[in-house]
Amino acid sequence: MLDKVTKRKLVVIGNGMAGIRTVEALLERAPDLYDITVFGSEPYGNYNRILLSPVLAGEKTVDDIMLNTVDWYEDNNITLRKGETISMIDRRTCEVVTDAGDRVPYDRLLIATGSNPIMLPLPGKELPGVIGFRDIYDVDRMIKASTDYRNAVVIGGGLLGLEAANGLMKRGMNVTVVHLLDTLMERQLDPVAGGLLRKSLEERGMVFKMPAQTQAILGEDRVTGVRFGDGTELPADLVVMAVGIRPNFELAKKAGLYCERGIVVSDTMQTYDGRIYAVGECVQHRRQTYGLVAPLFDQAKVCANHLAMKGFATYDGSVTSTKLKVTGIDLFSAGDFAPGPDKEEIVLQDANRGVYKRIILKDKKIVGAVLYGDTIDGPWYFQHLRDGTDVSHMRERLVFGAANLGDGGVSGQNSVAAMSDETEICGCNGVCKGAIVKAISDKKLFTLDDVRAHTKASSSCGSCTGLVEQVLAFTLGGDYSAAPKVKPLCKCTDHSHDDVRRVIVEQQLKTIPAVMRFMEWKTLNGCHSCRPALNYYLLATWPGEYRDDQQSRFINERVHANIQKDGTYSVVPRMWGGVTTPSELRAIADVAEKFNIPTVKVTGGQRIDLLGVKKEDLPAVWADLNDAGMVSGHAYAKGLRTVKTCVGSEWCRFGTQDSTGLGVKLEKFMWGSWTPAKVKLGVSGCPRNCAEATCKDVGVVCVDSGYEIHFAGAAGLHIKGTEFLTKVETEDETLEVIVALTQLYREEGWYLERMYKWCDRVGLEQIRKRVVDDVANRKALFARFAHSQQFAQTDPWAERASRGVDRNEFAPLAELELA
Amino acid sequence: MTNWIEIGALDDIPRLGSRVVRTPGGNIAVFRTESDEVFALDDRCPHKGGPLSQGIVHNKRVTCPLHNFVIELASGQAVAPDEGCTHTHPAKVENGIVWLSVRQAAAVS
Ligand SMILES: Cc1cc2nc3c(=O)[nH]c(=O)nc-3n(C[C@H](O)[C@H](O)[C@H](O)COP(=O)(O)OP(=O)(O)OC[C@H]3O[C@@H](n4cnc5c(N)ncnc54)[C@H](O)[C@@H]3O)c2cc1C
Ligand code: SF4
Ligand code: SF4
Ligand code: FES
Repeated sequence: MLDKVTKRKLVVIGNGMAGIRTVEALLERAPDLYDITVFGSEPYGNYNRILLSPVLAGEKTVDDIMLNTVDWYEDNNITLRKGETISMIDRRTCEVVTDAGDRVPYDRLLIATGSNPIMLPLPGKELPGVIGFRDIYDVDRMIKASTDYRNAVVIGGGLLGLEAANGLMKRGMNVTVVHLLDTLMERQLDPVAGGLLRKSLEERGMVFKMPAQTQAILGEDRVTGVRFGDGTELPADLVVMAVGIRPNFELAKKAGLYCERGIVVSDTMQTYDGRIYAVGECVQHRRQTYGLVAPLFDQAKVCANHLAMKGFATYDGSVTSTKLKVTGIDLFSAGDFAPGPDKEEIVLQDANRGVYKRIILKDKKIVGAVLYGDTIDGPWYFQHLRDGTDVSHMRERLVFGAANLGDGGVSGQNSVAAMSDETEICGCNGVCKGAIVKAISDKKLFTLDDVRAHTKASSSCGSCTGLVEQVLAFTLGGDYSAAPKVKPLCKCTDHSHDDVRRVIVEQQLKTIPAVMRFMEWKTLNGCHSCRPALNYYLLATWPGEYRDDQQSRFINERVHANIQKDGTYSVVPRMWGGVTTPSELRAIADVAEKFNIPTVKVTGGQRIDLLGVKKEDLPAVWADLNDAGMVSGHAYAKGLRTVKTCVGSEWCRFGTQDSTGLGVKLEKFMWGSWTPAKVKLGVSGCPRNCAEATCKDVGVVCVDSGYEIHFAGAAGLHIKGTEFLTKVETEDETLEVIVALTQLYREEGWYLERMYKWCDRVGLEQIRKRVVDDVANRKALFARFAHSQQFAQTDPWAERASRGVDRNEFAPLAELELA
Repeated sequence: MTNWIEIGALDDIPRLGSRVVRTPGGNIAVFRTESDEVFALDDRCPHKGGPLSQGIVHNKRVTCPLHNFVIELASGQAVAPDEGCTHTHPAKVENGIVWLSVRQAAAVS
C-alpha cells in the first residue's frame, strides 16, 4: 500500500466483461505497475452477461454467473466503486468525474462502457413494462413480470430477442415475437435455416408476427398492448425491445475523443488521446464494431499488453461465430454467408432429420457456415475458416464434417453425441469418451488445454483434437468457447508459432533465453513443449550460428536413438534408398550378437532396426556400425528419415527411370537436415508405385517423360494421399524442386506440424507458386537448404562414438555399492 | 544421521540436465537446475516407470520422456492433474562437488 502514491493510476470506466478481462490480463503481465480503480454503474462485481439468457430461462442463478466477486477486487488491491457512474472525462486535468461530482485523477484511462439496447422511438416507449435486455436489473424485472402478468411481446427476432422470448416462455408467459423482416436472425442465418428455426420454436409454443412493423406502444400507467403498421393490435403486459445495441460512447464523445459508430481506436486499442484506451462493445476498430465476447477478449489481451508497456501485440480484427443459447435447438453460424458472384455454396438439407448445412466457399476457402440441427462440426468449420485453410481437396465431403473426412482421427464416427461412453477418442493415450465427459463435468473444465491436462486426451499427436473439442462443445453446450484465434505455442506464452518465428528473424534472436526474455515467456525455462520448438526454430533460422541446445532436445534426438518403453533404445543405421550390401548386413549381425541385442527387425522404411540396446552400449554399437561404413538413419529425428525406393529401370521390366538411383541421390543430399516434423520420401519407378510414394511427405512417381512430384501425403494416424505438385523432366530438376519444397517447409512449418498439415494450412497453390512457378525463389530456397546442410551433415553417431561428443550423456555419474 | 556420499563434480552434470547414479537398489537420477541446484530422485516415473533422467528439465521440474508426466524435483510429486510420487534423496553441492545421501527404503521399494 505504501507505494500507492508513486504508482501510476489506471482508471477503468465500466465494470463489464471487456474491461475486467483487460484488468485480469494486465495483472498477469504487470501486477504492480498500476494502482487500479474501477467504476461500474451496476451494483455488482463482474458477471457473465452472456449467461443472462439461461438465468432468465431459470436454468442458472445470478450467483452461478458471477465471474469476479467483490472479494476478488479486494484480493487484487483494486478499488471497486460499484453503483457509481462516470458523467464526465476531463482530459485537461486528466480526471474523471462521477455523477456525485467526485473527481478522480488518472494517468491512464480505460473506457469499457459496453453498449445500450436500442429503444425504438415509439410513442409509449417510456411506459412501465417496456424494457431492454441487457443487465441483471432487466432480468429481474422480466422475472417479476412473469409472475404478475401473462402476455409478453418481444420486439426483434435476433439472437437476443429469441433468447428473451424463450426465457419468458419458460417462465410461463404467452410470448409473441415481432420481427420487421421475414427471416429470423437474418444477420446470422439464411432464409432456409431461419425457417427451420421458426418452425421448431413454433412447435414449442412461441408465436411470431412477421414481417411486421411496430407503430405504437399502448397503455396509460403501464403498457397494455402494441399496435402495428397494419392497424392490428396485440395485448401486452410486458414489452421487451431487442432490436439491437448501440455502442455507448456519449461520454467519450463529450470529452472530444473521435467517435463514429463507436469510439475509434488504433490497433493497440488507443483512442485519439494516447493516454486513453477503449475496449469492448463501445469501440470501433477498423470500421468494425463487435457484439460478441470472443473478439472483445482478443482486444482485452492486446490492450493489457500495451498498458503493461510490453508491446508489440496488435489487434487486427476478429471473425466471429454464433450459437443460439436455447436449450434443445442446435444452431451455429459463422462468417459471411451472403451470396455473391465469386462465392460457391455447398448445401445439405435433410428435412426428415431437421438438418440443414450450408458452407460458403470463396477462393477454395471457407468464408461462412450456417448449420442447423447438427452443429457438431461448427467448431471444426470455424477453425478452417479462421485458419484460411485451402479445402479444395476435401470439397466433395466437406459438408459431412470432420469425422467423415477422417480429419477427426477416428474414422466411421460421425457424431460424438451418438458415440457410446466406451468409444475411444484419443488413440494415443487410450482415453474414451466417458472419461472425457466425466472429467469435464467433475472438474469443471472449459478449454481444450484443461481437458488435455486432466485426461491426456489430445495431448500427444493431436489428431483427435477435433473430436475432443466436439465432446467439450457437446458436454458444455452454450458455455463452450472455442479456442482463441491464434493458438499460443504452449502454455508458457501467448504468442503463436508464427509470431515466434517472425520475431526471431526480425529481432535477430539467437538463443533460447533471448527469445524467452524478449517475448516475455511466462515460465523460467519454458517446458518440454516450447524448448524443443524454439531450439528447432533457431537452428533452422541461423544455420551455422546457433549452437544446438542438447538439453532442449527430446531424449531421442539428444542420444540419437529411440527410447523404448523399458528405457532401452533402438538403433537404425541408414541404408541409402533401402539398398544394402553383404558386408553391411554382416556388420549388423555381428553387432547384434556382440551386444546381445534381443530384437532385429525390418522396418517399414526399408532398413533394419536393432531393438533393446542399453544406453551405455550405444557408443560402442555405433562405433562398430561406423567401422562398416554406416551412419545414423535419424530414425528418431524430426528430420529426414527414409527414402523408400523400388528397383526401377535397373531391374524391373516396367521401370521407366532409375528410381533407386534417384532415391539414393535425394537421401545423400538431404540427410541430416532438421525439419519441423519427420519427413519421409518415396520414389517409384513407374505408376504401379511399388514404393508407395503417394502416401509420403514427398513422393516421386517416374514416368516415361520425366518425374511427377507429389507431396503432403500421410500414412500414420491419418491416411492421406499426396497432392500433385508438378512434373519435371530431369533428375536435377526433381532434386531442386524437392529440396526447395522442404526448405520452405523448414522455414514456415510449425514445430511438430507434418508437411500435409502445413500444406492444409498454407494452401497448395501458395506453395506451388513459390516452389514451382517462381523459379528465382526456388533457387534461393535451394541455396539456403544447401547452405544449412554444410553444418548438418556430420554423422552424430561418429561424433559420439569416437570424437567424445557428449561423453557424459552415456555413462553413469557414479556407481554406488551400498552396504 | 545423514550419510553423505561424494558422487562427482557439479560440472559433470549439464545445466538443465541429469546424470544417473547406479545403486544396487536401482538408478538414481541427479538433476541440475539452471541456477545450479541439485536434486536426486529415483529414476522411475510414478506413471509407468519411465527413466526421468532422460527427460527435459525446466525450472525445478522434469518431464518424463515416455508420456510427459511432469515431476517436481524437490518433492518428487507429479504436477497436477497427474498423480503419483517418486522417492527423493537428499543431495547437495559443496565447492563444486555433488553429495548424495541415499534413502535406503526408497531405493529398494
Ligand atoms: C442477454 C445477452 C446474451 C448474450 N449472449 C451472447 C452470446 O451468446 N455470445 C456472445 O459472445 N455474446 C453475447 N452477448 C454479448 C456480450 O455479453 C457482450 O458483447 C459483452 O458483455 C460486452 O462487454 P463490454 O465489456 O463491452 O460491455 P458490458 O459487459 O456491457 O460492460 C459495460 C459496463 O459498463 C458499465 N457502464 C457503462 N457506462 C458507464 C459509466 N459511464 N460509468 C460507469 N459504468 C458504466 C455498464 O453498466 C456495464 O456494466 C450477450 C449479451 C446479452 C445482453
Ligand atoms: S511402433 Fe508405432 S504403431 Fe506400433 S505401438 Fe509404437 S507407436 Fe504404435
Ligand atoms: S513401381 Fe514400377 S518400376 Fe518400381 S518396382 Fe513397381 S512396377 Fe517396377
Ligand atoms: S512413464 Fe513417465 S509419463 Fe508414463
